[in-house]
Amino acid sequence: MNIGLFIPCYIDQLYPQVGIATLQVLERLGLSVTYPTNQTCCGQPMANSGFEHLTQGTSHNFVTNFSEFDYIVCPSGSCTLHIKDHLQDDGYPDKALDIRKKTFELTEFLTDVIGVKKLHAHFPHKVGLHQSCHGLRGLGLAQMSELMAPPFSKPESLLTMVTGLELIELERKDECCGFGGTFCVFEEAVSVKMGQDRIADHSNHGAEYITGVDMSCLMHLEGILRRQKSKVKVIHIAEILNSVTG
Amino acid sequence: MNPQNKTHSELAKKFNRDVERVNWHDKTLWFVREKRDKSAHQLAEWEQLREAASQIKNNVLSNLHNYLIEFEKNALNHGIHVHWASTAQEHNEIVHSIIKNHGVNNMVKSKSMLTEECGLNEYLHQQGINVVDTDLGERIVQLANEPPSHIVLPCIHWKKEEIGELFHQHLGTPKGNADPQFLTAAARKHLREHFLTSRVALTGVNFSVAETGEIIVCTNEGNADLGVQLADVHIACMGIEKIIPKRKHLSVFLRLLARSATGQPITTYSSHFQKPREGQEMHIVLVDNGRSERLASDDFRNALKCIRCGACFNTCPVYRRSGGHSYHTAVAGPIGSILAPGFDMAKNADLPFASTLCGSCTNVCPVKIDIHDQLYKWRQVLVKNGHTTASKKTGMNVMSLVLSLPMVYRFSGTVGRWIIRTLPFIVNNKFNPWYKQREMPKASTQSFRSWYLNQRKHGQ
Repeated sequence: MNIGLFIPCYIDQLYPQVGIATLQVLERLGLSVTYPTNQTCCGQPMANSGFEHLTQGTSHNFVTNFSEFDYIVCPSGSCTLHIKDHLQDDGYPDKALDIRKKTFELTEFLTDVIGVKKLHAHFPHKVGLHQSCHGLRGLGLAQMSELMAPPFSKPESLLTMVTGLELIELERKDECCGFGGTFCVFEEAVSVKMGQDRIADHSNHGAEYITGVDMSCLMHLEGILRRQKSKVKVIHIAEILNSVTG
Repeated sequence: MNPQNKTHSELAKKFNRDVERVNWHDKTLWFVREKRDKSAHQLAEWEQLREAASQIKNNVLSNLHNYLIEFEKNALNHGIHVHWASTAQEHNEIVHSIIKNHGVNNMVKSKSMLTEECGLNEYLHQQGINVVDTDLGERIVQLANEPPSHIVLPCIHWKKEEIGELFHQHLGTPKGNADPQFLTAAARKHLREHFLTSRVALTGVNFSVAETGEIIVCTNEGNADLGVQLADVHIACMGIEKIIPKRKHLSVFLRLLARSATGQPITTYSSHFQKPREGQEMHIVLVDNGRSERLASDDFRNALKCIRCGACFNTCPVYRRSGGHSYHTAVAGPIGSILAPGFDMAKNADLPFASTLCGSCTNVCPVKIDIHDQLYKWRQVLVKNGHTTASKKTGMNVMSLVLSLPMVYRFSGTVGRWIIRTLPFIVNNKFNPWYKQREMPKASTQSFRSWYLNQRKHGQ
């Protein structure tokens, strides 16, 4: 199984530790992982802003970098969803469609493809899980509070394999944090208020860490937490799954 | 409605100046969303009901012409006058001509968002006709000279103390009395006079049945019934998409509507009007106002399935924290944001962007409208039609160029991180909307890529 590691641009530039943790989690499972070094961005920032027609360059670059792999794994629900829903390459339409099918978000890959049952991770902290919307409602990583169906959660089932970790309950288990790509600057007031409210839910329930499958949501929450001089920290789920002792 | 021509973002910013009010607004509507969840959870077949409703509506949209003709035929057989209005203006003129024919200048109205969409009150006011909205929430915003901020809970943005003051000014209730029961009784007394003296009553339509030619109006206060039963003339105004094929289909919608809207199993009254009572005159105005055009669009026709339950408002984290008036349109919230650009792209170009695309609206929708996908699609249409700013366009072009060329991307990333680290004042200032209430991310010295290459070089 030949896995291509898709590291979103902002993780590559601002949160390299998340990319490192993702790679190490996968390699520890004995998987062969390659990071194609000419990758940039999936094109989502343009597309969500109404400029999907400007994503030809990024899409083509994505196809060039990733078409040869059996699976493509990414530590971001949002970027994965963009590829799955919108990747198009006029030069190589079939390759683009093929990539859509074989791209997976990290926790769904670990759960559905690898079938991970056990992890050797230890993280002795109270953790709140932020359900990023695109992972939740777009990729179906967990049961959504609006729908009437039995509960399940791929990120949560992995977190319960981490020893010492205490998952806190939230009042609103899957409300949006307000990041929303360029929404966070064009609708600054509402975006920040949504973030503050999400943080309050986590901190009121004693979270030491807020984790999630999307670093972009966590980046927004981190910005607010640091401004508030809060002790609560954000951590990507890959970093928790990679907290190996001994 | 939006005299200053302000955008959603500007109006939402204003709304957010009063944090306590935002918190209260958010919690009040979230409470309604939770009531919806609880009542939906009580029906094991909830998701099947949604699917059935969605499919019935799909059938309606594909056969709209035939159902409308069938409906008209049956309504005419029952002695109802049927009018067709292709625009809001035509609708207003038809209603006005009916009122004029009866030589009156007063009308009571209940339960119609369509007349809000058409601006009927304003039009009739200019013609010297006084319209009294009889539903309590509608009456409150009418007295305050405001549009509704929510399609089901029109004055949800008003606190009871403020309503007490409004009633004190308009209805002469004692100053400082904000007891809801007292205020409701005062409104009831005030409205009674209008009910008793109005010869014309206008209602909206929740559903109309092609098979029987009847209309159904769902209310909690019973004002539609009171108005219609006391008046000589009943005018019912409906968008052409409100039709359903058979009476048996109504059960699906009645079970979904109130549960989605407020968490009630059913509205207090589901009133069927099939023919005028003896001596009464009944009119139905079928309104297109852009609906046929919408029907022709593969991407956006689905929005015509809407039954106006307001569930998408209550669940929307942006609506709850920006208030209905920030949408500057008759129907606010997520559904309003996909309907409004269809009426006027230039005026409503901001609305599809007033969303994080979180998708909760789509999940609560009882007729499965793909609301958040349509928001995404409207964004593409708006930009293609030039409804964007020059700065955004330039920014996106630069971003696209940088991200399409791996070497330029890497160079820009390195420079960007160096700036954040060494010259933070370039980004940490008031011109950066991110920085206003958030710290910038800490910039690491190396990218993931450089770490990776380094690792691989050392054979790790």
